[in-house]
Amino acid sequence: MADIVLDKVSKKFPDGTVAVQDVDLEIADGEFVILVGPSGCGKSTTLNMIAGLEDISSGELRIGGQRVNDKAPRDRDIAMVFQSYALYPNMTVRENMAFPLRLAKLDKETINQKVDEAAKVLELTPLLDRKPANLSGGQRQRVAMGRAIVRQPKAFLMDEPLSNLDAKLRVQMRTVVSRLQKQLGTTTVYVTHDQTEAMTLGDRVVIMRGGAVQQVGPPQELYDHPRNLFVAGFIGSPSMNFLHAAVQDGSLRTALGDVPLGDRVRRELEAADAPRELILGIRPEHFEDAELVDEDTRRRGLEFEAPVEIVESMGSDKYVYFTVEGEKASAAELEELAADAGAADFGGAGANLVTRLSAESGVAEGQSRRVWFNLEKIHLFDPGTGRNLTLHEGRAAGALAD
Amino acid sequence: MATGSETTTRARVRWGLLDVLVVVFALVPVLWIASLSFKTPATLTDGKFIPREWTLDNYRTIFDTDQFVRALVNSIGIALIATLIAVVLGAMAAYAISRLDFPGKRLLVGVSLLIAMFPQVSLVSPLFEIERQLGLFDTWPGLILPYITFALPLAIYTLSAFFKQIPWDLEKAAKMDGATQGQAFRRVIAPLAAPGLFTTAILVFIFCWNDFLFAITLTSTERARTVPVALSFFTGESQFEDPTGAICAAAVVITIPIILFVLFFQRRIVSGLTSGAVKG
Repeated sequence: MADIVLDKVSKKFPDGTVAVQDVDLEIADGEFVILVGPSGCGKSTTLNMIAGLEDISSGELRIGGQRVNDKAPRDRDIAMVFQSYALYPNMTVRENMAFPLRLAKLDKETINQKVDEAAKVLELTPLLDRKPANLSGGQRQRVAMGRAIVRQPKAFLMDEPLSNLDAKLRVQMRTVVSRLQKQLGTTTVYVTHDQTEAMTLGDRVVIMRGGAVQQVGPPQELYDHPRNLFVAGFIGSPSMNFLHAAVQDGSLRTALGDVPLGDRVRRELEAADAPRELILGIRPEHFEDAELVDEDTRRRGLEFEAPVEIVESMGSDKYVYFTVEGEKASAAELEELAADAGAADFGGAGANLVTRLSAESGVAEGQSRRVWFNLEKIHLFDPGTGRNLTLHEGRAAGALAD
Repeated sequence: MATGSETTTRARVRWGLLDVLVVVFALVPVLWIASLSFKTPATLTDGKFIPREWTLDNYRTIFDTDQFVRALVNSIGIALIATLIAVVLGAMAAYAISRLDFPGKRLLVGVSLLIAMFPQVSLVSPLFEIERQLGLFDTWPGLILPYITFALPLAIYTLSAFFKQIPWDLEKAAKMDGATQGQAFRRVIAPLAAPGLFTTAILVFIFCWNDFLFAITLTSTERARTVPVALSFFTGESQFEDPTGAICAAAVVITIPIILFVLFFQRRIVSGLTSGAVKG
C-alpha cells in the first residue's frame, strides 16, 4: 500500500498531440480516486502512465515516495483491471488468478491458499476450474478483479471495469467494487466516463478535459461548488440547465425574468474586463412548483411561468420539461459536453429547461405553470473562460450573496 | 419457416454434391497410385482400378533398397529441422511486426515478400556454386538453409496475421501481472497463437517435404538426397525391371508422413481459442 503522486505529469505523443498536460495529483494511501471526463480527455492515458504501460513525457510519478518514471510495470507492484477484462483464455479461473503469483515465484501452497482466499471474497470458488469462455460477463469481471487483488499490490488501477456490463449488473458490481476497496484499504485509481459511477464510488473525483485537470474534490463538493462551466455541466444527471443572461443595470436579464444580483457578484462585474453576457446555471432540483412553496422560501427565489412540455413521473418526484423563449446559452464547454452526450445537433429552438418538482405537484402536459427557483443555488459563469463567478473561496454562494 | 428450411436443405444437398465432386476429382489420382502400388508387374497395365492380384512385393522392394530408406530419413530430418527453425524465427519476427513500431518495418515486410515471390529456379545455379565453395553441397544444412529462407516469408505472413488477432490487452495484463516481455510472449501470447503456429508448421513442412528443385540441384549422393529426388532415380533391382510399381509404392509411402503430420496438428488447430479473453 502506498500513496501515488503525480507531479506535473504530461504525455506528448510523437505526432505532437498532447494527451495529458501538467497533471498534479496527490492520491493518499488507501484513497479511492476517480478520473472522469468525456472520451479523449486523457484519463486513460493518465492511468496507463501510472501503470507504466505508457511513457511519461515530462514530470514525475512517485509511488510510495519512490520515483517510478523509468520502472517497468512489473517493478511498480500495482495491479490493473482492464475494460476488456483481458483474462487469459487458455487458463482456468484458478490459473488466471494464480498467474501473477506464479510469476512472483511463490510456492504452490501459498499460491493455492491466496487464490482460494480471493475466490472466496469474490464468490468465485465454484468457478475455479472453468475457462473464461464458459463464464458470464459479470463472472469474468469478477475474475479480473480477483487477479488484481490476489497479490495484494500497492495500488489498484481500474480502467472502466464496469462499462461492459449491462445496466443492472453494473449497479450491483459498483457496490462490490466499493465494498472490496474499503475492505482491502488499497489505494485505487478508477477511470470512468460515467459521472454516476464517479459520484457514487470515489472518495475524491478528478474531472479532466482535454488533458488537463478541471477540478479535484469529493463528489458532493464538485456537485455543489463547480469551479467552472465544464464541471457544472458534466456532473449531475439530468445535467444543470444553462441559460443566456445579459448584465443590465446591476441585474441579469434572463429568459426566466430579471435576476437581482448581490454585492459580491456585482463587484466582480464592475471590473473593466468583466463579461457583459453570462451563463446562468441552475440544477433541476432547485426548481419547485410555485404552488408548493411557502412564503418564507418564496422570498429566496424567483418565479416564472412557462408552458409544460413533458412530464416524467419518477414516483419520488417529477421531471418536468419546459421550453422557455430566448437565446440559448453558448460556450465551447457546453458544445463539447453535448457532443460527448451525442446530442450536439439536437435541441430545437429556444432553451429547454429540465426541472425536478415534488411528486405532489399537479403539473400536467400542455398547461402553463408557475415555477419557482432558488436564487441562492444558481451559478453564474463567464462564457469566455468558463469560470464560476459565484464561487467564493471554493464555495458557491448564489447570485444574492453580499 | 417451412420455405426457409426447404431452401437450406436444397442448398445443403447442392453444396454436398459439389463437395463430393471436388473430393473425387482430387482423390482419384491418389487412389490410382495406391492401386498401382499393390499390383504385380504382370497386371500393372491392365487398366483395372481394383487390382486383380494383390501383392506387397513393391513395398518390400523399396524397403529392401538402402537408397529409399536413407532418402526417407533425410527427408524427415531435413523437413522437421527446417520447419522448427522457420516457425521459431518466423514467430519472433511476426510478433515484432505485429506489435512494435520500428524503423524499417515496411521495408522488412516488403523484402520478405520479395523473397517469397522470387523465382526459385533462377537461384538454383548461384546457390549450387555458393554451396560448393562453402562445403555445404550435398549436406543437410545445405538444404535446410534454402528451405528456411523460402519458408520464412510464408511463416512471417501467416503468423503476423494470427498475432494481430490476439487482443493487445492480454499482453498489457501480463505485464501488469509481473511478466517480462519474454514471459508475456511465452506464457500468454504463444499459447494463444498455437493454432497459427501449427498451421504455419504444416505449410512449411509440406513445402520442405515436397521440394524437388533444390533437392535435386544441391545434392548428389545419398548423404542428403530427399525422397522426391530419390524417387526420380528409382530404377528397380535390375535395369530390365519396370520400376513403375515400386515408384508407386514409394509415392504412397511418402504421402503417409504428410497425412500423419496434418492429422496430428489439425487437432490442435481449434478455432475460437481466444474466446473468453475479452468481451465482445
